[in-house]
Amino acid sequence: MSEQTPPGLATAGSIPPDPDDPVRMQRTGPTATASHGPSPSGAWRRLVAGGAGRNLGLVVALLLICAVGVATAGERFASVDNLMTILRLAAIYGVLAIGMTFVITGGGIDLSVGSVLGLSTVWASTLATQTMARETHWAVIVFTALAVGVVAGLVNGVLIAYGKVVAFIATLAMLVAARGLAEVIANRRTQIVDVPAFLDVFRADVLGVSVLVWIFVVVAVAAWVVFNRTTFGRRTLAVGGNPEAARLAGIDVRRHTMWLYALSGLTAGIAGVMMLARTTAGSSTNGQLYELEAIAIVVIGGTLLAGGRGTIVGTVIGAVIFATLANVFTQNNLSISAQSVAKGAIIVVAVLLQQRFAARHRST
Amino acid sequence: MSAHLRRRWMLTTGALAASAVLLAGCTSNTPEPQDEEDGGDTAQGATSNNDETGETVTIGFSAPAADHGWMGAITRAALDEAAKYDDVELVVAEATNDVNLQISQVETFINDGVDAIVLLPFDGAALTEVATEAMEAGIAVVNVDREFASPFAARTTVLGDNYGMGVSAGTYICEQVGDNPDAVVAEIAGIDSLPLTQDRSQGFADALADCGLDVDNRVAADFTVQGGQSAAANLLQAAPQIDALWNHDDDQGVGVLAAIDEAGRDEFLMVGGAGSANVMRAIQADDSVLKATVIYPSTQAADGIRLARLIVQGKALSDLVEVEVPRTVQLYAPVVTKENVEEYLPTAFES
Repeated sequence: MSEQTPPGLATAGSIPPDPDDPVRMQRTGPTATASHGPSPSGAWRRLVAGGAGRNLGLVVALLLICAVGVATAGERFASVDNLMTILRLAAIYGVLAIGMTFVITGGGIDLSVGSVLGLSTVWASTLATQTMARETHWAVIVFTALAVGVVAGLVNGVLIAYGKVVAFIATLAMLVAARGLAEVIANRRTQIVDVPAFLDVFRADVLGVSVLVWIFVVVAVAAWVVFNRTTFGRRTLAVGGNPEAARLAGIDVRRHTMWLYALSGLTAGIAGVMMLARTTAGSSTNGQLYELEAIAIVVIGGTLLAGGRGTIVGTVIGAVIFATLANVFTQNNLSISAQSVAKGAIIVVAVLLQQRFAARHRST
Repeated sequence: MSAHLRRRWMLTTGALAASAVLLAGCTSNTPEPQDEEDGGDTAQGATSNNDETGETVTIGFSAPAADHGWMGAITRAALDEAAKYDDVELVVAEATNDVNLQISQVETFINDGVDAIVLLPFDGAALTEVATEAMEAGIAVVNVDREFASPFAARTTVLGDNYGMGVSAGTYICEQVGDNPDAVVAEIAGIDSLPLTQDRSQGFADALADCGLDVDNRVAADFTVQGGQSAAANLLQAAPQIDALWNHDDDQGVGVLAAIDEAGRDEFLMVGGAGSANVMRAIQADDSVLKATVIYPSTQAADGIRLARLIVQGKALSDLVEVEVPRTVQLYAPVVTKENVEEYLPTAFES
């Protein structure tokens, strides 16, 4: 794939090299390293300026929340069982947010992920799907959920890329329509999953860790590789940073945009499978307001809402932060309403901190 | 910083702090304490030794977000009930309407090793597996209001009578307008996806069928004032003449009444649902279309707390001969009218 990258991309003029961005560092690799020199302090500074530095604020926030958890709940918080509880909670939001990271980095927004999640749980748990799954293989359920997600994502993508509908509007329409379709299919009832093979696979533990958490890990690693080590990832950054420059550099911006939404639909489908396994039921009420949860996670993770800069690691930490916060509040008998206030404050503080970190690294 | 600037800065900060304090004070919605009926409740059980302090019981409690008058009353009543017992330690996890989060809260209770869990699930089917896990871990689960999909998921279930609510409302409407075979009956339901709504509508239709009536116009709202308002506005547009209207929920009823007011309609009688205090006061005053409401007790979770305590302490219901707490407790859904409203007003919830 990489040989297809047009030479113009590396120096796509209007995107200034950003020292905070490891991907762009790579793109401008040879010159950048040459000017810095291979001194050890330079390497350290690059590390700090790169992923570790950018995520430092997040890690500090996570540690702070954990410290509060340990201080207030002690061993109840700092136990392996509780860690697993937190990770299981984070897994579904996290997978959604990873797809969202691609879309937002590519300069878009996907408001439909929560509804698409709900639709995929409903479609994958209809009587017909379940009967077929029992007669053939549990993979039918998984395939159905993923297909629903991808198709919904493609519809979004085609409307936005080729139909020239603003992303906000196109995905808002999908948010409403997918929820409505889910209600029509489910007849607004809860559909209980009764396919033992499916539940056995997805509700199991592997090496003491829930399969749902493993799915989160696999999706995160795969997304990191695609985002940071493939042409697709680099094109995403280019398209989000400056679509016109990306087009001039030879990228088919429209086709790429379409695939970004398909990818987000795919992660919504994966999250749908996880939701089915976790709740053993498909319902049109699944995933309500998850789009906002996902966007909040992406933003505190350090992805630029305007596009052109993104981080998978930050998104993963962001998902864990929110799940930990919810856990600490539960442990301490505090209300969800207070938690929402705290969450809002954390979003603002995280963004402010990141701006300061970014500014400091730019000035050094 | 010059002295002038500093003074101005301090002034601004002071003003900000003052307005913050003022704002914070204004957020309070707590009504004046009313504890006339609180004392009576404890006295009722005094016929047995069940209320004597026993071993301490840790109870985890989780319910959907209190974004609704009835749901708020559920949580409030549960907290009040737990506070009456020295031997009950209540751990509250107020859930959102997000089953993913509620599951993780129950998991936290299991990790903490509570003695019992009183659980009002947002979606009974979705919480079944985690409740079963709790039962397997030796925790007594008391299921409230929305039933699990499996009998293994709970030790005891406290249910309102949703079907019975529909029957009560339908029977009352039959009594009032049943002699007119062409009477137009309308229904404003709650959230259609919930089994409880389906049960209420089924009971309503069955009771109406008994006197040869049926539901001519039906819309579903979402248990919110705003949803009730828009659903009722549409319904009133669609049905120019109505004889009787049943609204499933008194909270959304506030919106329904607003829409009725707006449309200037008063040719029909309206029956409420759940039994909120303001609806009962309106029935008492008898100056609106509201003539009756059917009760859906908002004290179910409080009952759940009591039962959980008895189960863990190995006690039974003293008024029954049984040695154990029953498997299912279903509450009654009486019709409240002008004649008997005084009897029910004290236990009504403020929406």
